[in-house]
Amino acid sequence: MRPESEADLAELIKAANGPLRVRGGGTRPIGAELDGSVLETGGLSGVTLYEPGALTVVVQAGTPVAELEQVLAAEGQRLPFEPMDHRALLGTSGTPTVGGMVAGNVSGPRRIQTGACRDVMLGVRFVDGNGTILKNGGRVMKNVTGYDLVKLMAGSWGTLGVLTEVAFKVLAEPETEATLVFRGKEPAAGVAALCAALGTPFDITGASHLEAGLDGDSARTQVRIEGMEASVSYRVKALQGGVLAGFDAVTGEDSARLWQEVRDVTPFAGHEGAVWKVSVKPGDAPALTAALRAQGLGFKAMYDWGGGLIWLLIPEAGDAGAARIRQEVARLGGHATLIRGSADLRARVPVFQPQPAPIAAIEAGLRQRFDPKGVLNPGLMAG
Amino acid sequence: MQMPEPDPSILSRKAQIVARLRTVLPADAVIEDEMETRAYECDALTAYRCPPLAAVLPASTQEVSDVLRICHEEGVPVVPRGSGTSLAGGALPTADSVILGVARMNDVIETDYENRFIRVQTGRTNLSVTGAVEEEDFFYAPDPSSQLACAIAGNIAMNSGGAHCLKYGVTTNNLMGVTLVQMDGTIVELGGAHLDSGGYDLLGVICGSEGQLGVVTEATLRILRKPEGARPVLMGFDENEVAGACVSDIIKAGILPVAIEFMDRPCIEATEAFAKAGYPMCEALLIVEVEGSVTEIAAQLERILEIARRHNPVELREAKDADEAGRIWLGRKSAFGAMGQINDYMCLDGTIPVNELPYVLRRIGEMSKQYGLGVANVFHAGDGNMHPLILFDANKPGDLELCEAFGADILRLCVEVGGCLTGEHGVGIEKRDLMTDQYAAEDLEIQMAVKDVFDPSWLLNPAKVFPLGSSESRRNVRMAAE
Repeated sequence: MRPESEADLAELIKAANGPLRVRGGGTRPIGAELDGSVLETGGLSGVTLYEPGALTVVVQAGTPVAELEQVLAAEGQRLPFEPMDHRALLGTSGTPTVGGMVAGNVSGPRRIQTGACRDVMLGVRFVDGNGTILKNGGRVMKNVTGYDLVKLMAGSWGTLGVLTEVAFKVLAEPETEATLVFRGKEPAAGVAALCAALGTPFDITGASHLEAGLDGDSARTQVRIEGMEASVSYRVKALQGGVLAGFDAVTGEDSARLWQEVRDVTPFAGHEGAVWKVSVKPGDAPALTAALRAQGLGFKAMYDWGGGLIWLLIPEAGDAGAARIRQEVARLGGHATLIRGSADLRARVPVFQPQPAPIAAIEAGLRQRFDPKGVLNPGLMAG
Repeated sequence: MQMPEPDPSILSRKAQIVARLRTVLPADAVIEDEMETRAYECDALTAYRCPPLAAVLPASTQEVSDVLRICHEEGVPVVPRGSGTSLAGGALPTADSVILGVARMNDVIETDYENRFIRVQTGRTNLSVTGAVEEEDFFYAPDPSSQLACAIAGNIAMNSGGAHCLKYGVTTNNLMGVTLVQMDGTIVELGGAHLDSGGYDLLGVICGSEGQLGVVTEATLRILRKPEGARPVLMGFDENEVAGACVSDIIKAGILPVAIEFMDRPCIEATEAFAKAGYPMCEALLIVEVEGSVTEIAAQLERILEIARRHNPVELREAKDADEAGRIWLGRKSAFGAMGQINDYMCLDGTIPVNELPYVLRRIGEMSKQYGLGVANVFHAGDGNMHPLILFDANKPGDLELCEAFGADILRLCVEVGGCLTGEHGVGIEKRDLMTDQYAAEDLEIQMAVKDVFDPSWLLNPAKVFPLGSSESRRNVRMAAE
C-alpha cells in the first residue's frame, strides 16, 4: 500500500483490520520481523514550506532526506542534528526518508551540541491507529500550547501514528570546520580528553573515540570545531594549547570524512556480528566496556557523543551479550538497543531496552489510546 | 475566566483530609488555616484568586508520594506549585483542591562537571542553579525573566524559555531527566545523565505538561561552560518592517546571535521615561547580542553591523565596555517594570513566524485603536516570541474584560499567521478557552487521552490547559466515582 495523500493514508488505516508494517525508505529496519501488509509513506513527498530567514522548514514525511538536505543546502542551511545514514551499517538499500529518520529520532555526532532530531522538531502531522488525522506543535521555535506530542512521536518507530508532515528548525552551514585528532589513547584516556574538551567554552560539535583496530592499528580520538574562519582557528589554537595538547588539526574534506565515518558507523560496516547502540553517562563509558570485557565478552567499540554513545560490534553467539550489556547499563543508568542482528537473534532478544513496570504500563496505555486496534507496527516496542 | 464549581463532598471532608495529610507530613508542612491558605490563592496572574482547601509543603520525593497517594484515595484535586510566578494561572487553585508546593525541596543533589549536568530538587530557583555552578564557570542556559524567583518545577511544567533560547533552546532542550511522582504515588525515573530514551520519549511529554501528568520532584539539567564573553549592539530603525527585515538578514547570513530583542516605539518611550537608558526615539529598536572570545565577537559584530547599515539605521551603537553593554540592556530589562509604573498591563506570549512580524505589528496597532487600549511590544525577535503588553486600568469597571478580549484577538492573530498561543508562559487558565482556535477537537482529544494514561482520575491540575467544556466529561467521571 502506498497512499498518495494524507487523506488516503487515513482511509487506509481506518479500514485496516490487521497489522500494518509502516515503512519509509526501508533503510532502517529494526526489531523482530513483523507480520502484516507493508504501508509505504513514499507517496507523501515534498517540501511544503521553507523560510530560510525564519530557520524553518516543513516537509512531508515520505520525502527523501537527501532531497530535503539539497533544498536546505541551496540556501546554505542544514539539519542541525546530522542524521545517520544506516545503509552501510545495516547493508540495506533504498532511500532514507524524513519520516523514518524522525520515527527513529536518528541523530549523529552533532547531537551533543545542537540536540537530537527531537530537539529541533517544531511540529508534526500524523495519522493515529484509528485513521484520525492529528497535528501537534506548529512551525515556530517556541511553543508550549498544550502537550508536546512532537517529542512523543520522535523515536516511537511508527507504533503511535504514521507521520505525514514534520516541521524542523534548521541552522546555517558553518563557514568552515576543523578536527583535532590524536592517535593511540586507551578508551579511558580518550573519553577523558573528550569530556575535558566538552567542558571548555569552545562549542565542540563532535567528540568521538575509535578503539584500536577500527581505523588502523592505533586508536583515534577526535574533536570537531565549526564556525567562522577566524573563530575556528582561534579555538583550534586554544584547545591545542590547553586540554587537547598534542592533537593534530585536520581541515576541509579530510575533517568531514572523519565525521561521516562516525556518523554512519562505517568501521563496523561489512563486518559480521550484532551491533548494539548503548547510551550512558559519558564518563561511565570506558568502565562499562572494561567491565563487559572482564566478564569475557569480546567486541569492538566506538564512542561518540563524548562517550555517551557506545557502538558495540559483537559476535552473534548466544544472546549477543544482551543480558550482560543490559545488566551493566541498568546498573549505571542508560539504555541499549539492538540495531543490527540476524532475524533469529532479533526474535530471541528484546531489541529495545526493557522498561520498569510503571513506565511499561504508561507506554502500553499510550499505545492503547493512539492505536486501540493494534494495527501500527504491533509488538515492535511492546518489550 | 470560569473555574469549575468546588465539589461540596470534598469541602465537607476537609477535617478528615487534613488529618490524613498530617499523618505523613510534619505539622508545619500542612497549611489549612483560612488566613494562611490565602498566601496560595493566586500566582502572578493576580486577577484570579481562590484560596485552596489546604496547602502542603513536602520536603522529599517520598513525602510528595505520600501526599499524592492520600489525595488520590480521597479523590481530592491537587494543584502543583513552584514559586507561583506563572503569568497564565498555572498554579491557581480551586476551593476543593490541595496546593502541593515544592518550595522546601531546593537542594543540589549532584554536580558533575566532567559529564556536564546538575541534579537538583525542583523547588530550587532557576538562577540559583546557575549560582551553584558558576564558580566553575558553568551555567544553566534557560533564563526566563522571572529567573530570580521562579522554580525549576515551574520551568519544567511550562517549558520555560528566555532571552537566550535562540542559541541554547528552551527547558525541554536542557532537561535530561526527572523523578516524577504519579497521582497514585508511584515514583518513576525518566531519563538521567545519559542522552535520549530507550523507549518512548516520556520526558519530552512531561516537559510543558503544566503539572497535569505528575509532580516532578528532582531534575537532571544540562550545564554548559560559560562563553568567554558577550557583547550587545543596539540598532534603531524608522520602520518596524525594516527592523524585521534586518533580523531576517542577520539570520540568513548564517550568524546565530544568542539574543535578538525587539522593542517598538510605545515601549521605547515608556522605558526611557522610567530607566533613562538613552535609547533613540524611533519606531523600532533591536538589541543583538553575540558571544565568544574578543576575536570571535569582533568578527560576528562586523558582519552584523554591515547588514544593519544596509537597512539605514537611525542609530547604531556598539558597546565598548561592560558599562556600555549594561546601558544597552538597561532599558530592555526594565521594560516590564517601566510599563507597570505607568499602567496596569497584561503580558501576552504568542509566537509568530519571524517573517510575519511587520504584518502582525501593524494589525496589533489597528486593534489597539479599535479597543481604545494602548499596547507596547517587546519580544524575542529571533524566535518570533512576542510579548505585547496591553495597558488597562484595573480600577475601571470593564477594562479587564476589554483587555482580555483584545488579548484574545492578538493571540488569534498569532495562530492565523501560522504561530501559536503561547511560546513560554503556558496555557494555564489564561489561554485555555482559546485552545480550540489552535487545535481541532481531535487534536485536543488525543492530548487529553495522554492525561488519561498518566492521571486516569483527572485529579492533577484538572481545570487547566483544556477548555472546561472539552474536559468536563472526564472531570465529571472523577466526581461521579466518589
